[in-house]
Amino acid sequence: MVTLFVPGDAGAASLGANAVADELARECRRREWPIRVVRNGSRGLYWLEPLIEVATAGGRVAYGPVRASDVSALLDAGLLDGGPHALRLGDIERHEWLRSQQRITAARIGVVDPADIDDYIAHGGYAGLNAALAMPPNEVVRTVIASGLRGRGGAAFPSGIKWQTVLEQSAPQKYIACNADEGDSGTFADRMLMEGDPFTLIEGMTIAGLAVGATKGYIYLRVEYPHAARALARALHVARERGYLGRNLRNSGREFDIAVRLGAGAYICGEETSMLESLQGRRGEVRVRPPLPAIKGLFGEPTLVHNVVTLATVPLIISRGAKSYQELGVGKSRGTVLLQLAGNVKHGGLVERAFGLTVRELVYDYGGGSASGRPVRAVQIGGPLGAYLPEPEFDTLLEYEALTAKSALLGHAGVVVFDDTVDMARMARFALEFCAIESCGKCTPCRVGSTRGVELMDRIIARKGAVNGELSLLDELCDTMLNGSLCGLGGLTPFPVRSALKHFPEDFR
Amino acid sequence: MNLERAAIERSVSSAVARMRGEPGPLLEILHAVQNDLGCVPPESVALIADALNLSRAEVHGVVSFYHHFRERRAGEHTIQLCRAEACQSMRGEALADFAKRRLQIGFGETRKDGKVTLDAVYCLGNCACAPSAMIDGQLRGRVDEQALAECADAWGVPA
Repeated sequence: MVTLFVPGDAGAASLGANAVADELARECRRREWPIRVVRNGSRGLYWLEPLIEVATAGGRVAYGPVRASDVSALLDAGLLDGGPHALRLGDIERHEWLRSQQRITAARIGVVDPADIDDYIAHGGYAGLNAALAMPPNEVVRTVIASGLRGRGGAAFPSGIKWQTVLEQSAPQKYIACNADEGDSGTFADRMLMEGDPFTLIEGMTIAGLAVGATKGYIYLRVEYPHAARALARALHVARERGYLGRNLRNSGREFDIAVRLGAGAYICGEETSMLESLQGRRGEVRVRPPLPAIKGLFGEPTLVHNVVTLATVPLIISRGAKSYQELGVGKSRGTVLLQLAGNVKHGGLVERAFGLTVRELVYDYGGGSASGRPVRAVQIGGPLGAYLPEPEFDTLLEYEALTAKSALLGHAGVVVFDDTVDMARMARFALEFCAIESCGKCTPCRVGSTRGVELMDRIIARKGAVNGELSLLDELCDTMLNGSLCGLGGLTPFPVRSALKHFPEDFR
Repeated sequence: MNLERAAIERSVSSAVARMRGEPGPLLEILHAVQNDLGCVPPESVALIADALNLSRAEVHGVVSFYHHFRERRAGEHTIQLCRAEACQSMRGEALADFAKRRLQIGFGETRKDGKVTLDAVYCLGNCACAPSAMIDGQLRGRVDEQALAECADAWGVPA
């Protein structure tokens, strides 16, 4: 029986992986060759998807990109023994794109069977939980503090401080709320993790629950992620059956369980207080802070809110110790970052590296430049609320403080590449339009300011010049939104607008 | 395509029963109703409000807040085209213009013959394979004019 890996990852499926899996099964049945097909996650080299692998005596051998119509010829060429073929890539882990990465949080994505808890355990899974069960809660919290881990959802707040705050609250019920509302354009690391290695997230949440004294966790998952919803449902079921969730988990006398709640297509629900409102079944309107969610969060109880990547990083910090994580990175950006390279780029995908890579290294060394073959003109970092950086700024490090110094932000670490056909005035207009579409409406600077901003941009674009002082009005509007908005939607929309104007003034004339 | 009152009542009561005892169940109930009926019909609002001891305004406020919930069923086929930045960087807007022209509808609209609904979405998480679309619930990457035209042809949408 030969084992084949055909990604069940949404991105691979979007390029035909399901048809490849079906064709493999059909052809091998016809030839009476027994195979087992594992639907793994994606290795994150999306230009090679669907990337399939075959387990041979000499290790896994990859082929890609494979179309269903290639399957018969591949089998003829000896696919099941790792035979030669034009699509043969060899050991994918030796591929420069992967070999140069430091995959620790994403180590198992694409490697393991996401539905198989024993495979997870065989690849180091649940070592973190086992370690945590032997530690007093405050030691787990101290370890997270010492690791230097900061929230990977965008705000970059020191994670351990939040844990400490929730631990210190005394309340009848506390919650872990995982923000899986990954709505930023250019980001897909959460999705890849949930689809390709869901047990890591479950383990991270369980450790968090035990540490801060929460017995209930929610994963707030965006409805645009049906593949992730299925992968999580499967993994949660198995984890419960095997005693890794529920009452008396691992015979520890401790309790923790997780439910998935689906969002409904509102970008704003990625904002933590809006997410909490949505989890309570309400309109996703932002709450005024304070009180912080760590003190009064879900249903008014102390709640630890973290993004998927943050929680999925916890198990390795606990199992390997804070120091091994803290040693990686630069300045105050410790550990690794899961960079997502997207848009008009030749080699897009997931790059996990210790903080310290420059934009240039990511876009050219990993990305290979634009997909169109035209010169790269700009990148947008951190989603629709992130700044645009021009080519001359590409030596900037992709880490929190270096980007802040450039009036930019790392956000959820998505990097979208644009070639020289991009019209930056249009992109500035889109930033404001998107804010208008997605504003929850609670505060005026965001609700009204975004619409006024679109009107201003329409005048600037139509007249090809700001004859009536539109540009200074735009700047004033940005000030109002930045300083007067309740949350990051209105407060950060000025970032793409102002950076476009600053670095590409010629597009506004 | 009017939904029968009985079907709406059945759907609401089974969704409410499934979520009994769960805190903050409204969103889950709306999802269940839309999965059953293809939309959250306006007639269901009062029923849900009654069952949860909320006002109709509160329920309507939630339904209308979220882009995902529809008051009327979509067409036989649905194209959700991503219009966010990563897809724009790969000629997404030209593709959006083509979709509107070929289907003869705008975003958020359903053809009069009921064949197709065209929706805008902002990010499907497939940004390394842009442009992306969800076509009848299936995620598609590197979508081009030809792929959309093939769908339209297959669905019998007159050119």
